[in-house]
Amino acid sequence: MLTVATGNKAVATAVKHAKPAVVAAYPITPQTEIVEQIANFVESGEMEADYIPVESEHSSMAACIGASATGVRSFTATSSHGLVYMCEMLHWAAGARLPIVMANANRALGPGWNIWAEHSDSLSMRDTGWLQVYVGSVQEAYDATLMAFRIAEHEDVMLPVMINLDGFTLTHIMQPLETVDPGDFIPPCTIAHAIDTANPGGYGTLTPPTEHFKFRWDIERAMRDSVEVIRETEDEFARRFGRRYAPVEKYRFDDADVVVVAMGTLGKEAEVAADILRDEGIRAGSARVRWFRPFPAIDFGEKEVVVIDRDYSFGYGGILARELTAAYGITPYSVIAGLGGQEVTYDDIAGFVRERRPGGEFWFGVSD
Amino acid sequence: MPEIPKEEYILRCTSACAGCSSSLVLRYIFKAAGPDSVLVVPACCTSVIQGIYPNTAMNIPVYNVAFASAAAVASGMSSAYRAMGRKTNVICYAGDGGTVDIGIQALSGALERGTDFLYICYDNEAYSNTGMQRSGGTPLGAKTTTTPGGKKDNKKDLDRIVAAHNLPYMATACSAYPIDLYKKVKKALSIRGPKFIHILAPCPPGWRYPSEETIEMGKLAVKTGMWVLYEREYGTFSLTGASRAAMKKRLPVRDYLVRQGRFKGIDEETIDLLQQTVDGNMERYAREVEGIC
Repeated sequence: MLTVATGNKAVATAVKHAKPAVVAAYPITPQTEIVEQIANFVESGEMEADYIPVESEHSSMAACIGASATGVRSFTATSSHGLVYMCEMLHWAAGARLPIVMANANRALGPGWNIWAEHSDSLSMRDTGWLQVYVGSVQEAYDATLMAFRIAEHEDVMLPVMINLDGFTLTHIMQPLETVDPGDFIPPCTIAHAIDTANPGGYGTLTPPTEHFKFRWDIERAMRDSVEVIRETEDEFARRFGRRYAPVEKYRFDDADVVVVAMGTLGKEAEVAADILRDEGIRAGSARVRWFRPFPAIDFGEKEVVVIDRDYSFGYGGILARELTAAYGITPYSVIAGLGGQEVTYDDIAGFVRERRPGGEFWFGVSD
Repeated sequence: MPEIPKEEYILRCTSACAGCSSSLVLRYIFKAAGPDSVLVVPACCTSVIQGIYPNTAMNIPVYNVAFASAAAVASGMSSAYRAMGRKTNVICYAGDGGTVDIGIQALSGALERGTDFLYICYDNEAYSNTGMQRSGGTPLGAKTTTTPGGKKDNKKDLDRIVAAHNLPYMATACSAYPIDLYKKVKKALSIRGPKFIHILAPCPPGWRYPSEETIEMGKLAVKTGMWVLYEREYGTFSLTGASRAAMKKRLPVRDYLVRQGRFKGIDEETIDLLQQTVDGNMERYAREVEGIC
């Protein structure tokens, strides 16, 4: 069905279509519309889920853990301070191998109090064992949410998945949205290690140094296996519903001399910037990183790389730029732009490319 | 006298300390709850008592969770079982630290939402599995490793906080009175909605008394009025068991304090304050029994 929706509404609609048994949620700007919409779906009978209006984000993830531990599908959504408040439970969800799906409206952390887009919240959860996907449009927010359930619950993965969408620039903008009937694209949720009272066991019991690392390795093995599961899921999605995605969305990439790498909505803006630069005779392209965990494989060849980070690791550098450097030995021009909702246009991005200094770092808008 | 099931759900391989009254409490809770139950356990002595992976000393599924999260995890489980149409008992079993301190927000939220679960706080009046630091449940005057001069503050009145949520059933119990405890767990699990039981569980290493005196210590707590056994069923208050006798005639709190190393060197002024608190509480309960307040 073709309609028009905000990014938040798209996520909520995909969740409805995935039919979770339990949704636990706490409101936080700019995610709120997702949980309001789901509450309305449940109230009107459009969704059969049990909606738990918890008293905090720590508890929303805890409630999802409890539900998922029994073997049912669960979902929550959060943003910014809510995400970092539930950080402890993110580790518990992944460590317990529970396929919880969560949407995160990317937003800056205070102080100062700022409700606008930034990737610092989700990137600070980098090492929790969650898969992370960053979307660039309302349609993609819907599609990625549907796929997230199938990926998380795949027996080779059994890890939680976080769908990241930029606060306001995606959560609150209206774009065309085509919804689908997922049918058996999302199979019934089965969790082999769900609690079984007929076969009682200890879950999360004190684990000695002779055993603990084996569980950590299992998480890493699942992360590696998830690469193939993501590929298979995105292929199947394309086959059934006609929209194709890849871990990295490349635009005019192959013959480019210089490419812009970014995540989320800035990754989409970079495509427009590439067109502008091509008109000027600069062979530019872009690579929008969708899956940040597992970290994608990108062959840059001899291309120059400009990375835009809507985040920063203080005392180190832009997180995406530094991860790409570490993974591929490139010397990108690292641009820090868009923090706390700072406006970055495609013209600005074209400017970054024109003025690039390989190996350098540039804070957009900072004059000293 | 109820027929106590013969089945044992705590196996003979626990890592409990000698004289651990909390493991005794758990034994009766399991007998009352039966096998279709899940125990949700935050960081506490029970996370140690259950043994080390890959073994378990419990013949009931035990789900270990983060310190602050027990009641919220139970909310999710309870919702999931309802969605599945199952009646499985969801029981949180948390110490005083995980209840009166770090876990109180999740507990309050779950009670307010009407979560169908039983929350049990076993109260050994300190962070016992980390080596006996003070908690909000530690009584005035008790020495712990973080209150080496004796605690300067009163024990947090958890029960009045819980009662303010107007839940269908709440009770107190003590490890020294297992039949009373068994009956309360049975009754709690027969009621739909949030239930709460607060159980005093004396701790030999923490309270510094010989481990063979663990039952006597619980009885002394009740006989002095330092611990009161009661039920609050749909708001109606009633004393139970030995606390009915203690209402009429009590031992002085001093008799309880002198038996424990944690109160060694306690001054007369603090003993008086504890005695006044006990007397005031008993007067309050007496008025409730008579329906005056």
